[in-house]
Amino acid sequence: MNTDIALWMVQDGVVTGAIYGLMALALVLVFAVTRVIFVPQGEFVSMAGLTLGTLQLGQTPGTVYLLVGGGLLVAAVEMVQAARLGLLRQRLPRLILAWIILPVAMAMLVVWLAPHKLGSWVEMALTLGLIVPVGPMLYRIAYRPLANASVLVLFIVSMAVHYALTGIELAMFGGEGLRTNAISDWVLGSGSMKIGAQSIWVVSASVACMVVLWFFFERSLYGKALRATAINRVGARLVGISTDLAGRTAFLLAAAIGALSGLLMSPITTVYFDSGLMIGLKGFVGAILGGMVSYPLAVLGAVGVGLLESFSSFWASAYKETIVFTLLIPVLLWRSLTARHLVAEDEEE
Amino acid sequence: MKAPPLLQATDLRVAYGKIEALYGVNLQVEPGSIVSVIGPNGAGKTTLLAALMGVLPLSGGRVEFAGRDVSKLSVEVRVAQGLSLVPERRELFGELSVEDNLRLGAFARLRRGERNAAGDLESIYARFPRLKDRRRQFAATLSGGERQMLAIGRALMARPKLLMLDEPSLGLAPLITREILHIVAELRDTGVAILLIEQNARAALQISDLGYVLETGEVALQGSATELANDPRVIESYLGLRSATPVAQT
Ligand SMILES: Nc1ncnc2c1ncn2[C@@H]1O[C@H](COP(=O)(O)OP(=O)(O)O)[C@@H](O)[C@H]1O
Ligand SMILES: [Mg+2]
Repeated sequence: MNTDIALWMVQDGVVTGAIYGLMALALVLVFAVTRVIFVPQGEFVSMAGLTLGTLQLGQTPGTVYLLVGGGLLVAAVEMVQAARLGLLRQRLPRLILAWIILPVAMAMLVVWLAPHKLGSWVEMALTLGLIVPVGPMLYRIAYRPLANASVLVLFIVSMAVHYALTGIELAMFGGEGLRTNAISDWVLGSGSMKIGAQSIWVVSASVACMVVLWFFFERSLYGKALRATAINRVGARLVGISTDLAGRTAFLLAAAIGALSGLLMSPITTVYFDSGLMIGLKGFVGAILGGMVSYPLAVLGAVGVGLLESFSSFWASAYKETIVFTLLIPVLLWRSLTARHLVAEDEEE
Repeated sequence: MKAPPLLQATDLRVAYGKIEALYGVNLQVEPGSIVSVIGPNGAGKTTLLAALMGVLPLSGGRVEFAGRDVSKLSVEVRVAQGLSLVPERRELFGELSVEDNLRLGAFARLRRGERNAAGDLESIYARFPRLKDRRRQFAATLSGGERQMLAIGRALMARPKLLMLDEPSLGLAPLITREILHIVAELRDTGVAILLIEQNARAALQISDLGYVLETGEVALQGSATELANDPRVIESYLGLRSATPVAQT
């Protein structure tokens, strides 16, 4: 192996590592706030890639049905709950606006604009508008009713949600993969030191996203409130931060991070309906390297996973997944010997 | 009694699974007064406050606060309506700074769009100067007394009408206990009603207007603080020499 190939692989590894880093951030965030190990995180990525791809073909993506259907389901659940509390009349107008009128309006906008092929930026915005609301919907339907269940139960729910979403994606997009157009196709440098514009996009957008998240958690009231919930759920409720609000916000961010990652990586890799799991799992390995609690360590771990994957696909491409997941074993062993035991501590509360 | 009570609990019942912890407790707090609840360990005092706050669901009875039935409302809504709890375990945000803990205390108000919470921060610091010195420190690094002050300060940031304190002196040195009870008395003078649970019954009754004695999930005695302090049963069980060092009783 010469330096050129090595440099190329480092670049490749950093780019995929940046995506895994975003996954890892979302996973740590969701776990810290809600104790949910969010297996379907990668589904937002594949869904965003496929939605964007479909829009670029001038067709209406199936995601519009997911958005409207999810909204109706949430509206139904919320109505039943409001009726039980005797608050139906008070809450009905807001419910209908938030979960029926807005999703339907978004879907109609997409149906109307899709055939016009208005270019990458508009299509990316539409994709975000379709997918980001799915995050809070998932929380409301699948996790919120079980907010006090154990980590294990929530994990099993995550597996179920993962299979459901993969099935829905197959129905919406079919089994064929899509690759979206690059945002721009110029190339930096020359000869063996070429860096594609998309690589720069991916890395800089990931870094920007991390910086925004950092400011959100360090400076904003809602960011602090999310951290407070992660640190002490009872304390958070006592100052008026509802577990529900925190959960919804965490899932909203997770969906936004996932969708953004999908937009970034779909020009590099062909995305299939079932690509999500692997992407999510790689992020998960990164998150575990960070002990599921530290954001910087999780990102670092994820970039490490990207590099490892890139190099192992050169030396032993058939085993690249095996190598990445095998890495988990020594790391977990080392962690369980040295670190505080997270789950046990959690059950104790 | 002219004005309606600020807090009225009627026939309050709470159960942990099948085991009942409160059997029909009635309790009132008038605006601007201090009411103490004393009783042995395991009597259900913590359970009572948790139920009033909405942390634990009721299995019977109701809670009215400021003239509204709040029995079915969530903790967050009760906070927004002016009910605050300083829990037995403090429940601070250990890995956030002292100042962030206080700011988050005003979360419900900030969310409503009130922008004067920053001024409140200064008045909390004026009351607890030690918190100001430690404003940038993590809450987890504070001493026991400072943690209690932070917990009270955080609760005050919500501008409660009724502040409920669960054993504020738990684990604190006598001198700090006295300081904290002194602050509690001052708070009442600013118009905040207080519902106080305290192992040190003598000190608690000294600053209280009314008192309740809770035993095995029921109100055994109630009356003005002076009546209770002179009641032979109270003297024997709670004000005797034994109460100087709180002991577990059955
Ligand atoms: N989480 C719990 N699960 C089951 N029983 C509990 C729980 N918390 C308290 N209890 C029981 O309820 C009763 C009242 O407890 P508590 O309210 O903590 O009393 P106090 O604060 O007066 O010491 C006790 O018998 C206690 O064992
Ligand atoms: Mg107690």
